[in-house]
Amino acid sequence: MLHMIGKRSILMLGMLLGLLVITFSISHIAPGDPAALAAGPDATQEMIDQVREEYGFDKPLVEQFFIYVGGIFEGNLGRSVYTTRPVAEDLMVYFPATLELVLYSILFAIVLGVPLGVISAVKQNGWVDNVVRIVSSSGVGLPMFWLGLMLQLYFSLKLGWFPLGGRLDLMTDPPTAITGMYTVDALLTLRFGVFFEALHYMVLPAIALSFPALASIVRVNRAEMIETLSLDYVTNARAQGISRFRMIAVYALKNAMLPTMAIIGLRFGWMLGGTVLIESVFDWPGVGLYALQAVTASDFEPVMAVTLILGAWFMLTNFLIDIIYGVLDPRVRGRA
Amino acid sequence: MTELPVLEIRDYRLNFNTFDGVYHALDGVNLAVGKGQSLGIVGETGCGKSVTVRNVLGLLPSPPAEVISGEILYNGLDMLKVTPAEMQKIRGIEIAMIFQDPMTYLNPVFTIGTQMIDVILAHQKALDKHARKNKKQARAHAIEMLRKVHLPNPESQIDRYPHELSGGMRQRVLIAMALSGSPKLLIADEPTTALDVTIQAQILDLIAELVEDMGLSVIIITHDLGVVAKVCDNVAVMYAGQVVEYGTIDEVFGQPKHPYTEGLLKSIPHPGKPPEELYGIPGFLPNLLTPPVGCRFQARCAKAMDICGTPPVNRNNVGHDRTVLCHLYEEGFADA
Repeated sequence: MLHMIGKRSILMLGMLLGLLVITFSISHIAPGDPAALAAGPDATQEMIDQVREEYGFDKPLVEQFFIYVGGIFEGNLGRSVYTTRPVAEDLMVYFPATLELVLYSILFAIVLGVPLGVISAVKQNGWVDNVVRIVSSSGVGLPMFWLGLMLQLYFSLKLGWFPLGGRLDLMTDPPTAITGMYTVDALLTLRFGVFFEALHYMVLPAIALSFPALASIVRVNRAEMIETLSLDYVTNARAQGISRFRMIAVYALKNAMLPTMAIIGLRFGWMLGGTVLIESVFDWPGVGLYALQAVTASDFEPVMAVTLILGAWFMLTNFLIDIIYGVLDPRVRGRA
Repeated sequence: MTELPVLEIRDYRLNFNTFDGVYHALDGVNLAVGKGQSLGIVGETGCGKSVTVRNVLGLLPSPPAEVISGEILYNGLDMLKVTPAEMQKIRGIEIAMIFQDPMTYLNPVFTIGTQMIDVILAHQKALDKHARKNKKQARAHAIEMLRKVHLPNPESQIDRYPHELSGGMRQRVLIAMALSGSPKLLIADEPTTALDVTIQAQILDLIAELVEDMGLSVIIITHDLGVVAKVCDNVAVMYAGQVVEYGTIDEVFGQPKHPYTEGLLKSIPHPGKPPEELYGIPGFLPNLLTPPVGCRFQARCAKAMDICGTPPVNRNNVGHDRTVLCHLYEEGFADA
């Protein structure tokens, strides 16, 4: 098992290097002269050269790459023209908000998706199964932002059950930033009122963001459960007297969870990208909204940083899924 | 048979409702196993051997399977009508089953110990709802069972995963699991088919030894006539969902009465026989979506007569506890 984790870690370092090359090339290899851009339209050649020297654009590409990577390891992700603050500082504020949203969404998708998949498979063609199949097919197909808008229209504007957007009421004092995730910070500082308020604000965006993931988790889990329940070792377990509940919830589900884990990991990775849409619909001050503003303002360095984070996020989730795979399946563990 | 049989199957008819129509899988199967006796069921692949015994423990999913008529009496209790709770008290405790392919009948993501302990605890729970779980004792029992099936180093093997064991070892594990509840009747569904020839003999010897030891009644399903000759007292020859001949090993193999049994025995290859003399029964199994009217073997039978196309074909007694399903042995065909 340790052997496997070590091997995957080395692999991940390699991938990280590749990712850095890609984000680096966004700004440094892309056509156009960043020095001229930075110096402004009326700059003289002298001024442009000065800027070039200042930013190190005159150095060889390889050297520039090492400077870039070195900067990242020192926590220097550049400076945002739009917010005028260092990108790293901005991200410290925005990333926890996004992380919180994504964590609640994936949790919701798993907690609801896996049992629904199981019930759907066990009671195949029953009414639960039919409803689940219709909803999950539409969930895979519906655009997330549209669902977000519909939820807002109905549950916020018409029924008034949930707030339209944001993370907390404007009048509420946010909890002391420890992790940056409001619900966690509120609990840590024992402000339960704020905790429930933050949770209340979380509901609609989390549902909208989780829906495509939920739909695909249900579909994959259902299909895998149906397949697994027809396998020989399930028949054997029944013949030996294992109860039906245990056969489904333990014997079959653990096997069905392997492919389901793969889709959970993939969806977890995609979710961070999906936040760009959901955060703009729900006015959620996270990385997605930040990236959107940066893109529209042609603010390069935040875009690079967010790209880096999205990529690293994807790698991390895949790494985690690999480890969970190893925990679930002894055959994977052995092979490393 | 003087005393009451342990298991008796009477006039058992079963269909599968498929997309292509009704598949008449079993048509009036009659079988019996006495206490301490062993019965072999032989026939080609697809003749209904496995289907006949699967429902003894309620293992056929319905739909598509549909019982049309008949009884499966275990000590007088109709296994087709028992409640799920009653069935739990019989599975593995009264009647146990081992299957064809040890590669697929063990759950790949649990150790063999976990699976065996689970089965042992399930038996305890079925017998006494309030029984307290004693994992230590169950584990000791599992190790003892593994020793009984001659698995080397059971104390360490018990913590291994199925994929770490060979096919023969896995079949031993499955046998140990099946016998852990001290059943009275063992049903072995092609227990040696998936194994190497050398291992086959070992497993058969093991089954014979355990049967002797534990005073079990046994049903062995196989298409290997050698296996039956080696282990069984009685044999039932099945063809296309019917028992065509039944009797003791010596009678049936010594003087086969049904044309199909004759053909089957003639088609066994053995080293002294030149390959060109190898016999094969011409034709194929009939399509049971549209079974032939009258005798199901008529199209392939060398002795077919006009009357063979007219139902009913009766079970004719041709000696003590010996029946043949063929017009040749009808009263009035005394010369046959």
